[in-house]
Amino acid sequence: MNITLTINGKVYTSDIEPRMSLSHYLRETLSLTGTHIGCDTSGCGACTILMGGDAVKSCTILAVQADGCELTTIEGMANGIEMHPIQEAFKENHGLQCGFCTPGMVMTAADLLKNNPNPTEQEIREGLKGNFCRCTGYHNIVKSIQHAAEKING
Amino acid sequence: MIPAKFNYIKASSVEEAVDLLDKHGSDTKILSGGHSLLPAMKLRLNRPELLIDISGISDMKAISEDGDEIVIGANCTHKEILNAELITSDLNILAQAAETIGDIQVRNRGTIGGSLAHADPSSDYPAVVLACEAKIEVTGKKGDRTIDASDFFQGIFTTALEEDEIITAIRFPKVNNGNYQKFYQSASRFAVVGVAAVKNGNEVKVGVTGVADTPYRATAVEKAYNGNSDAASHATDGVEVMADHFADADYRAHLAMVYVKKALEA
Amino acid sequence: MGNFIGKSVKRREDARFLKGAGKYTDDIKLPKMTQVAFVRSPYAHAKILNVDTSAARNANGVVAIYTADDGCGQYGVPCGWQVNFKNGETMREPMHPLLAKDKIRHLGEAVAIVIAESLELARDAAELVEVDYEELPAVTNPRDAMEDGAPLVHDQWTDNAAFDWCIGNDRAEVEAALEAAHHVTEMEFRNQRLAPNAIEPRSYIADYDVNADKWTLYTSTQNPHLIRLLLCAFALGIPEHKVRVVSHDVGGGFGSKIYHYTEEALVTWASKEIGRPVKWTSDRSEAFLTDAHGRDHVVTSKMGFDKEGKIVAHLTDEYCGLGAYLSTFAPAVPTYLHGTLFQGVYTTPLIHLNVTAPFTHTVPVDAYRGAGRPEATYLLERMLSKAAAEMNLDQAEIRFKNFIPPFDGIEQPGYQTQVALQYDSGNYEETLKRGLEMLGYEDFRKEQEEARKNGKLLGVGISTYIEGCGIAPSAVVGALGARAGLYEVGHVRVQPTGKVSVFTGTHSHGQGHETVFAQFVADKLGIDMDDVEILHGDTEQVAFGMGTYGSRSLAVGGSAIIKSVEKVLEKGAKIAAHKLEAAEEDLEYAEGKWTVKGTDKSVSFGDVSLTAYVPHDYPEGLEPGLDFSSFYDPANFTYPFGTHIAVVEVCSDTGRVDLKRFIACDDVGNVMNPMIVDGQIHGGVVQGIGQALLEEVVFDEDGQMINASYMDYAMPRADDLPMIETDRTTTPCPHNPLGVKGAGEAGAIGSTPAVVNAVVDAVAHLGVKDIQMPLTPQRVWKAIQN
Repeated sequence: MNITLTINGKVYTSDIEPRMSLSHYLRETLSLTGTHIGCDTSGCGACTILMGGDAVKSCTILAVQADGCELTTIEGMANGIEMHPIQEAFKENHGLQCGFCTPGMVMTAADLLKNNPNPTEQEIREGLKGNFCRCTGYHNIVKSIQHAAEKING
Repeated sequence: MIPAKFNYIKASSVEEAVDLLDKHGSDTKILSGGHSLLPAMKLRLNRPELLIDISGISDMKAISEDGDEIVIGANCTHKEILNAELITSDLNILAQAAETIGDIQVRNRGTIGGSLAHADPSSDYPAVVLACEAKIEVTGKKGDRTIDASDFFQGIFTTALEEDEIITAIRFPKVNNGNYQKFYQSASRFAVVGVAAVKNGNEVKVGVTGVADTPYRATAVEKAYNGNSDAASHATDGVEVMADHFADADYRAHLAMVYVKKALEA
Repeated sequence: MGNFIGKSVKRREDARFLKGAGKYTDDIKLPKMTQVAFVRSPYAHAKILNVDTSAARNANGVVAIYTADDGCGQYGVPCGWQVNFKNGETMREPMHPLLAKDKIRHLGEAVAIVIAESLELARDAAELVEVDYEELPAVTNPRDAMEDGAPLVHDQWTDNAAFDWCIGNDRAEVEAALEAAHHVTEMEFRNQRLAPNAIEPRSYIADYDVNADKWTLYTSTQNPHLIRLLLCAFALGIPEHKVRVVSHDVGGGFGSKIYHYTEEALVTWASKEIGRPVKWTSDRSEAFLTDAHGRDHVVTSKMGFDKEGKIVAHLTDEYCGLGAYLSTFAPAVPTYLHGTLFQGVYTTPLIHLNVTAPFTHTVPVDAYRGAGRPEATYLLERMLSKAAAEMNLDQAEIRFKNFIPPFDGIEQPGYQTQVALQYDSGNYEETLKRGLEMLGYEDFRKEQEEARKNGKLLGVGISTYIEGCGIAPSAVVGALGARAGLYEVGHVRVQPTGKVSVFTGTHSHGQGHETVFAQFVADKLGIDMDDVEILHGDTEQVAFGMGTYGSRSLAVGGSAIIKSVEKVLEKGAKIAAHKLEAAEEDLEYAEGKWTVKGTDKSVSFGDVSLTAYVPHDYPEGLEPGLDFSSFYDPANFTYPFGTHIAVVEVCSDTGRVDLKRFIACDDVGNVMNPMIVDGQIHGGVVQGIGQALLEEVVFDEDGQMINASYMDYAMPRADDLPMIETDRTTTPCPHNPLGVKGAGEAGAIGSTPAVVNAVVDAVAHLGVKDIQMPLTPQRVWKAIQN
């Protein structure tokens, strides 16, 4: 099937099988490998991207369902070499170790902070419960998002 | 993980979806949020030949007031439900349940219609739908009909929907004295026990999910209540309580009591 | 201290990870690459009656299908450690075949490999492979596996034992001391089986180049050189110099990516067969069924005390499951990485541990974060807190009574344990004192008393752990059964412009080596960190290495680099002396230059580097170049230690545990980068909390794993946890140049018993003495009811 969608501001058109998940489409067809697949069944959150501005698990969306949509992946967060404030905050607060869950964490944080610019620690923890991290114990991820909120709110 | 091959059609109207369902029969599945269906297909536990995507049908997306009732389009996501002013003001019990579902990402995609049609015995909405005595509006080849909540849930992943029917909307009465209480399973975050209580003076309606293979109205509790939360001891009267490695039947029955009590006292 | 050592330098790795530009194995696409789907057994134990691949071979896009009958049947992956029976009989070591032939011995064991043009087509074809099985009874519990009449995992032996083993004092002597003890505390429990669950699933790509007769294996491993060695010398018998193993970014390991897995060897073999690159990436279901699991001990233990509460003797018997085959380090885990820690931080005079290690019809068990040491620590720390409760002593008090007194390993000698090790240096009571201060222990006990009056169940749990890192030296571990050395390689190449490339045989999969190693190299050379690059993960760049596990990277790998840095400075001084026309002994080196003492005559590191490569005016007889490789074989393990304290509130209605506070005061020796050490502690602590409260692999009686997905296998999520409060004391390691001990596993070793002790403390007044892990709401509630 033919689909046309906009990813990180760029328009892509592809002919794909209906059974291709959006995460596979990003990784295999478009080589946007920043979106990771940890469980492929919406349990781990590593594949989180923004779809129409909302965080979604791209493993549990068919690529054909994204036809006509606007997506942002981790590759679209930085402005050239200048990182997004969330990315900067993760670096400054050691909010990542192996880096595998990181893109999903950053994208989820983007949704979280869009809808709640001043979250409490508990709200951040609630907001992250769809994303597994096995390295950081979440401690520095929570700190990163607190710090990102401060940066964004200036 | 890759599902078996299937065809995909994006339906643009309820009629088109129903026609397709009717034409293709039992090897067809309706796709909405996809958060239950697609993982099952990836594990090849479910292998429909055709997916009919109804998520783009815009007239199933509305949340509207109809006299004393609130009508929620089947395509409304959990996020839309928990943020809708109409719901938070006049049907807050549903927003409470929506907030406990999954996580940000799941709530951004999953829909109330999809959740009800899937009829996972541990999902949250059924308790609320039962306690509110909501009505499920469905459309099929033979036309529209309304199914009472108490008739809708028939077993594990089984509902009163005919093969050619889809849920279009859920019609709730306005409820101002209701609450939803949930004890979640640590891995899936589904309900081990979910209890919705709608109070009206000394009367109460109680819906329970997670406890039995079919969500149920705790009628024994309702009868015994009369303003006294000790009625919670009847939470599982006449119910065959489910057991799994997370909660055996004894423990689950105990939790049902505790959570019914919480809901009665909230 | 220099400009960088001891500072929380931000990580240079982060930019690529944060921008989605990391390079994990599954991100790699090669021209003409094929994809793999495995046909795996749905049974834990079965006879394979027939495998019919005919329909699958004709399926769309299939390139090749192989079963054990198709040429790879003679190959198997090796075990890297040999532990013989107590009576001297050789360890039973079954062939671990790349594909199962005739018999299935664990759920998910592969029967056939299907290679196709795409993953979709490979999966479709795999479904068409028809395998006839005759299901057989299975045994998954290690104690059951040693019962008479238990189903045999390997028919060639009369029972399921792979070996048995003991350590410590004479059993009779220990039993006699227990007999005479004032009080004996007993426990029987299961240190449950865990699935490691690195979030990146394992992924392998093999690329055989027919013209060069050479393989490249891209693999998500913690130790590329070790994989190459095992693959070439044992699994496939192919020439080591013809194989390049590359491990770029790896998404977490926690032990599970140490081992040489069958799939790794199989794609390598198949790539030559079909003459095309072959890729396999595990899905999560396969990960649950085929990544080596951790723990799985069944424990019976007795600890005797005198009337003051001092330990007089400790006797433990364990059944430790190994799974169906011996994974790379498996025999070492319940023995040398476990029994050797039974001294703990206490002066226990008599210790005996007896281990029976059977095969079971499960995926192999091997090292998982902490590997043997969490199991030892859990046992000791639970026993001490249980004994305290029974003897009406305070949890902290009983530990203070039993601590080994402080020793620095220099002025005071190392501490010789009853279980073979000599601890390097330690000040155990200090971390407990500090931890109790952080908590406000006295105040907490008052708060707890108040809470109880109001029906709230508050509890505190203490754990004072020690662990052994950087397992070594090679000669000793060799004598104990290791089939490899446990040294490390550090190569420092100074470029002509004075820029420095460092090659390490360790591997970073989250630990931040690219940053931390550059910190101390820059400081030791007195140059800027930006002038130092750390390279790892490619056998053709790095001379050799043993990889990263057992918290060894800095203590062993860092020390190897330091050795090379010292060689650079030694040779550099010769060149500098020549340039300055001074005697070498008149020079001093600081801030990146050699200066003639007492003068302002100096030459910079950059000038000396250039001279080394443009040796026109050069010391006679000295080789050009400034490039050194060193092997470092440590004198001993290192022994980090610390105190972990958990505060919990238990819901009396549901049994759910709310972790209110977690305090970790650790001593990991000198610290290169506090930010990274804290991060390692946080992560370890939370994995340990996961074991205490959430995680467990559950098999049913047929050997089916009933929770092999994230819907059923619970792991800590962000909302399960509080912030982790950390502090540290510093007792340098006396035997390595950086004075470091290791931090990767400490968190997971110390935290588990602290949490369980806290929960038991919260409900102790209701008569609860112990609860089996994980402390699920149901288990806690039932414990309260009983």
